[in-house]
Amino acid sequence: MKTRLTLILSICILQAFSQDATTILEKVDANMSSRNRIFESSMTILGKRGSRTIVSKSYAEGTKQSFTEYLSPASEKGTKMLKLDKQLWIYSPSTDRTIQISGHMLKQSVMGSDLSYEDMMDDRKLTAVYNAKITGEEMLGDRKTIVLELTAKVEDAAYYAQKIWVDAVRFVPLKQELFAKGGKLLKRMEMKDIRQIQGRWFPATIVYKDMLKQGEGTEFRMTSIKFDQEIPDYIFTKAALKK
Amino acid sequence: MKLAFKLAYRNLIGAGLRTWLNVIVLSFSFVVIIWLKGVMSGWDYQAKTDMTNWEIGGGQYWHKTYDPYDPFTLTDSHAPIPAGVTGELKTGDLEPQLIVQGTIFPDGRMMPVIVRGINPGQSILKLPTRKLDTITDAIPAIIGGMMAKTNRLSPGDYVTLRWRNVKGTFDAADLVITGIFTTNVPAVDAGQVYLPLVKLQEMMMLPGEATILTFRDEEKSRTGLNGWTLKTKKELTRQVDEVIKTKSAGQSILYFILLLLAMLAIFDTQVLSIFRRQKEIGTYIALGYTRRQVVGLFTVEGSMHAVLAAVVSAVYGLPFLIWQARVGWTMPMDTSEFGMAIAQTLYPVYSVGLVISTLLIVMLTTAVVSYLPSRRIAKMNPTDALRGKLQ
Repeated sequence: MKTRLTLILSICILQAFSQDATTILEKVDANMSSRNRIFESSMTILGKRGSRTIVSKSYAEGTKQSFTEYLSPASEKGTKMLKLDKQLWIYSPSTDRTIQISGHMLKQSVMGSDLSYEDMMDDRKLTAVYNAKITGEEMLGDRKTIVLELTAKVEDAAYYAQKIWVDAVRFVPLKQELFAKGGKLLKRMEMKDIRQIQGRWFPATIVYKDMLKQGEGTEFRMTSIKFDQEIPDYIFTKAALKK
Repeated sequence: MKLAFKLAYRNLIGAGLRTWLNVIVLSFSFVVIIWLKGVMSGWDYQAKTDMTNWEIGGGQYWHKTYDPYDPFTLTDSHAPIPAGVTGELKTGDLEPQLIVQGTIFPDGRMMPVIVRGINPGQSILKLPTRKLDTITDAIPAIIGGMMAKTNRLSPGDYVTLRWRNVKGTFDAADLVITGIFTTNVPAVDAGQVYLPLVKLQEMMMLPGEATILTFRDEEKSRTGLNGWTLKTKKELTRQVDEVIKTKSAGQSILYFILLLLAMLAIFDTQVLSIFRRQKEIGTYIALGYTRRQVVGLFTVEGSMHAVLAAVVSAVYGLPFLIWQARVGWTMPMDTSEFGMAIAQTLYPVYSVGLVISTLLIVMLTTAVVSYLPSRRIAKMNPTDALRGKLQ
């Protein structure tokens, strides 16, 4: 009788923790996901021989559609990128051509950054992809964080496991580590400059680091961001690439 | 006719240096044309032999969606090895390969690669796959010399491979380079990494599946398998045929220039002969030769340049051509990045057909060039010709 009670109690505690982790993840998703967003950003690639910054303006609708136009430097100005579900096109003004990015090219980095085109194409909600488990609490700077371990619950998750440090008050991730199925650490993201925008907490700066690649990483800074805007449908068409 | 040859020979030898200059120029054309055609045949032979040994064996079955030139197809190009080939598979006369995409990170640089899973015990291809049959703390891998050079990898080096399994999940593991091979076939070298088939199938979550099946012997009776496309050796080497055809067309311009020079000299000689030997022409006619016979005599005389040139070519050309076939012709530029099967040193191959066809072409051209100026003889007035009057 005593053993049975202990077992039931243990299951209840586990469930409670699990429930907590899922709730936290839902709160993270509520902060990080939106129906759509329009943002201007500067991507600074911190290389061995110095850094370079690329400024762009992006429109994103859910997780399936996004459109980016590069504004500077002059060499990249006018380059546009369109993502529709699992397809990606790039328009280059110098050649006046639109090419579809596929296969090998999807694995290459975007403008020499620590982000590959493939990374940009997978941005589903965390709750839709992962089961979460609380593994502890940690201080990151002056912020108290809850550490979650995420394990893929769907077969087609890009990263099998993640470790995520969530701000215990604002429920925004402050650090994220992405792991391969075999356990190798592949990417690390550090979120900084947390701001409250339209009622949600959102990191305005994210530093991406591909752990397999040399270099100091890529700093992605959003200079302006607007959620839930009216985006005309034509933006997410191939015709918009040549406009 | 015999007399015509005798006369022609005497006249040619009598002309001395003029004849020998023509003959030397023509013999030079002979040797260069045979040598260049030999180099092309050698390349054709070498490229196809290397492709057979390293890449295509006796032919291949490709998964129905596989297209090496279209990366879109690679993700879905895999299927269980069909039951119809089990017998050949057991005897080692058919080898499956699973082909997927991945990324390696040599010295922290990101390099997209094609990862090929191959049976370490295979004996169809020259790839040193036995080096994959080893126990190491990382996944054993072999690569080509060009790939090793590009990525600065040596045997024993470790490099991280990242890939996405069939479900799209990223995975990564360390590879250890257990062997580096040297080949003239860039398709099996540039950007290619070879792993044990079973290991790659496990990594991709595709047990028992393959993208291509390479068979040992080319059999005419072989037919397609359901879901797989038969690619015969002829189809797989078509690219070599096309490149050689294009190169040969380019070389034809050189042959044309060489022949043009020799033919110009012969044409000039013929025109000069007819102009200077009008009395002789008149005498032939007075002796009972018909105009056609005199034209024939001069045509034979001109054409005999080619015969003499063939003899002279044999004197100095044969040793040269034999020496070339032995030591080969080393190209002055690096051929490893040409993008097709080509060796740094090409060994010319001379077939009987090649020599005979070259001889026939040169002789026929010489005969035509010799005949054209000789036609004037037919229009000559024999009396004026006898008097040596200019016509």
